[in-house]
Amino acid sequence: MSDDSFEPKIVGFLCNWCSYRAADLAGTARIAHAPNIRIIRVMCSGRVDPTFVLKALALGADGVMIAGCHPGECHYIEQNYKAMRRFGMLQHTLKAMGVEEKRVQLVWASAAEGQQLAEAIDRLVADVKALGPLGWSGNWAENGDRLHALEDIVKEHNEAMEVPR
Amino acid sequence: MAEKIGVYVCHCGSNIAGKVDVEEVAQWAGQHIDGVVVSRDYKFMCSDLGQKMVEEDIRKEGLTRVVVAACSPHLHEKTFRRACVNGGLNPYLLEMTNIREHCSWVHKDPAAATVKAKALVSAAAERVKYQEPLEPMYVEVNPLTLVIGGGIAGLQATLELADGGHKVVLLEREPSIGGHMAQFDKTFPTLDCSACILTPKMSEAGQHENVRLLTYAELEEVSGSVGNFKVKIRQKARKVDFDLCTGCGICVEKCPRKVVDTAFEAGMGTRKSIYMPFPQAVPRVPVLDTASCIWFERQKCGACLKVCPTNAVKFDQQDELIELNVGNIIIATGWKPFDCTKIPQYGYGRLANVYTSMEFERLCNAAGPTTGKIVLRDGKTTPKSVAIVHCVGSRDLNHNPYCSGVCCMASLKFAHLVIEKTGAEVHSFYIDMRTNQKDYEEFYQRLLAEGVHFVRGKVSEVTDAARSSTERGKMIVQCEDTLTGRQQRYPVDMVILMGALEPQADARELGLKCGISCSMAGFYTERHPKLDPVATMTDGIFIAGVCQGPKDIPASVVQGAAAAARVAGMITKGKVMIEPVVASIREEDCSGCRICNNMCPYNAIEFDATRGVSHVITALCKGCGTCVSACPAGVITGAHFNNRQIFAEIEGVLWDAMEPAEALGKAETAEASAS
Repeated sequence: MSDDSFEPKIVGFLCNWCSYRAADLAGTARIAHAPNIRIIRVMCSGRVDPTFVLKALALGADGVMIAGCHPGECHYIEQNYKAMRRFGMLQHTLKAMGVEEKRVQLVWASAAEGQQLAEAIDRLVADVKALGPLGWSGNWAENGDRLHALEDIVKEHNEAMEVPR
Repeated sequence: MAEKIGVYVCHCGSNIAGKVDVEEVAQWAGQHIDGVVVSRDYKFMCSDLGQKMVEEDIRKEGLTRVVVAACSPHLHEKTFRRACVNGGLNPYLLEMTNIREHCSWVHKDPAAATVKAKALVSAAAERVKYQEPLEPMYVEVNPLTLVIGGGIAGLQATLELADGGHKVVLLEREPSIGGHMAQFDKTFPTLDCSACILTPKMSEAGQHENVRLLTYAELEEVSGSVGNFKVKIRQKARKVDFDLCTGCGICVEKCPRKVVDTAFEAGMGTRKSIYMPFPQAVPRVPVLDTASCIWFERQKCGACLKVCPTNAVKFDQQDELIELNVGNIIIATGWKPFDCTKIPQYGYGRLANVYTSMEFERLCNAAGPTTGKIVLRDGKTTPKSVAIVHCVGSRDLNHNPYCSGVCCMASLKFAHLVIEKTGAEVHSFYIDMRTNQKDYEEFYQRLLAEGVHFVRGKVSEVTDAARSSTERGKMIVQCEDTLTGRQQRYPVDMVILMGALEPQADARELGLKCGISCSMAGFYTERHPKLDPVATMTDGIFIAGVCQGPKDIPASVVQGAAAAARVAGMITKGKVMIEPVVASIREEDCSGCRICNNMCPYNAIEFDATRGVSHVITALCKGCGTCVSACPAGVITGAHFNNRQIFAEIEGVLWDAMEPAEALGKAETAEASAS
């Protein structure tokens, strides 16, 4: 799968207080890292809805980074623990969908850890490069039937769940 | 919805333009992003001219949204929000994207950096379309302040505020204010007497018309938010009526029961069952310790009851709950000393003449159990040689990785006192000598001249197993002198362990009550380590002194004063702005599952049992958004970070991956119907 010219697209969800500031620090300290990551700011890693990750992958991202404050240092006291638990469940779901574990990574970076964050970004990019493109959005195009099948499943599910009033 | 977006790409001199092709990015945005009607690049967007440009475009071109691609929003978001307001646009209709710290400064390849800059601009432009005008909220500030902790930091904060004419409640859980500083004999590096500089402040606080002292009382509960906190305080029963007592001290004198004082005297001396911790205690009202009192043991004695001239002793007094409304809270809860028995190889608790630093403070204090004579535990022998061991429990990965900051200077002070009072030979075992404040290094030089033997090395063991006649009857300090590279044994009469400064045992608990977080070590986390060291992430809660991190007396005083200045500023202003970045629940669609209730660490989500729905108490919400992503029904909205906005941002940031476009549209509908 690995291809030298393959440049993965990575979406990063970084918390406002620690990891976004770590990325700022990496900038101020000119710590070079891979340009593949594109950062979206959220107030807390606990804000990261698993559907954000799925959406990013569905729209063509090859990998996703979720970054927050270190456990015990969350600016919202303990919300990164919730991110941690959600992440475990998300990984489980992704595995079931055939997405390799290393494509979606959870990273802790304090506002002082520009170096560590830059290294984590490079690591993630290297991991995804080794895995090759995910190509979810391409799959939708190639296989229209699969898409319809999925839509049918959703429809059936909704019907089954409907409670008569 | 046809929004008119203005995109502004900053050169930042050559900081951005040196790597990113800013003209290209601006031009591309104008051509390829729907809704962009103005797209410019400019040398310095944050300059007056740059801001004016935004303001004029809002007025002339009728912009309804603004995107600024420049540095970190943490640097200039406020600047451009102000520019929007000046132009007549709601400040929350601005989105900043960071193409300097996150792009031009960290990427080597100009082409890749330019592509990334486009993606970031595209993300911001897509997001900004869904942004909504928000109004900042204002709340009135109650001018009463609660200071928790009557040590030097808390005292300083209290007096600064009270002298400025503001009412303060000073809460202290011990029977007297004063804190650890009241236990010390001398202070470094000036060697002035600790009590002489502290007690005037204590009595000033005790008598100040603007200060209400609550000693022997603890914080039970905090609710509310900045400007209007409601606090519940438990006034523990002193068994002495505060108003009737004159502080004559006859009860203390006549009490027949003596117990070891583990608090103030650090176990070195005794106190009575009814006691004042020390002679200069403020307030001068004794406390009855029911655990050791004969009356509470077997309903006999009652000496204090009989001798009290004002009938102030009340055996039936109960704990009392006091409720207060305060506008701001300053936490100055200080520290506790490291438990030296955790390092058994240093012999504390096993070898009689191994002392902790607090014990030694009491030992050389003129008001202490030996009236200031430095003697061994037998009470009469003057030591001929003393070892001082630095970094006991600090800079030690087995215990606390941090440096406790004050021990080097305190050990220099001890060395001086030992030499001055006994003439004994002093060995000081250090890892690094840290004397980095005003006049501290000079003090170190003075001690070098006084003849202290400084040994660079970490002590491996203190033992009484003698190997030779010179070691017999002594304790032997085993240490590698790393300057000579030799293992050495030092026979001494007395060992002083400079234990670490640790956070209070219940620091985390108090932090949870007040909604502030602790570092791994357990010290409270400040809002910004450099630029906002006394504020916390919770508005209206400030921290000062060692509860924020180990520090010495001058630094604690500075922080106490700083916290008071911040509070005074809030009081003077009279009202505070609250960012409208908060969650809200669409109650008509709430199923009342209560999953969100447990998500909030600030208890900002309340369940209304009668209607079976949850709702957000806006004043408590900090806007983290965890409940938003937890709601299974998707009926919680996080203002300024809602799902629409973030989904749009994801779409925008992947503009170059979204191919083929048609398939994408399908994928989205599938996704939409799936959710």
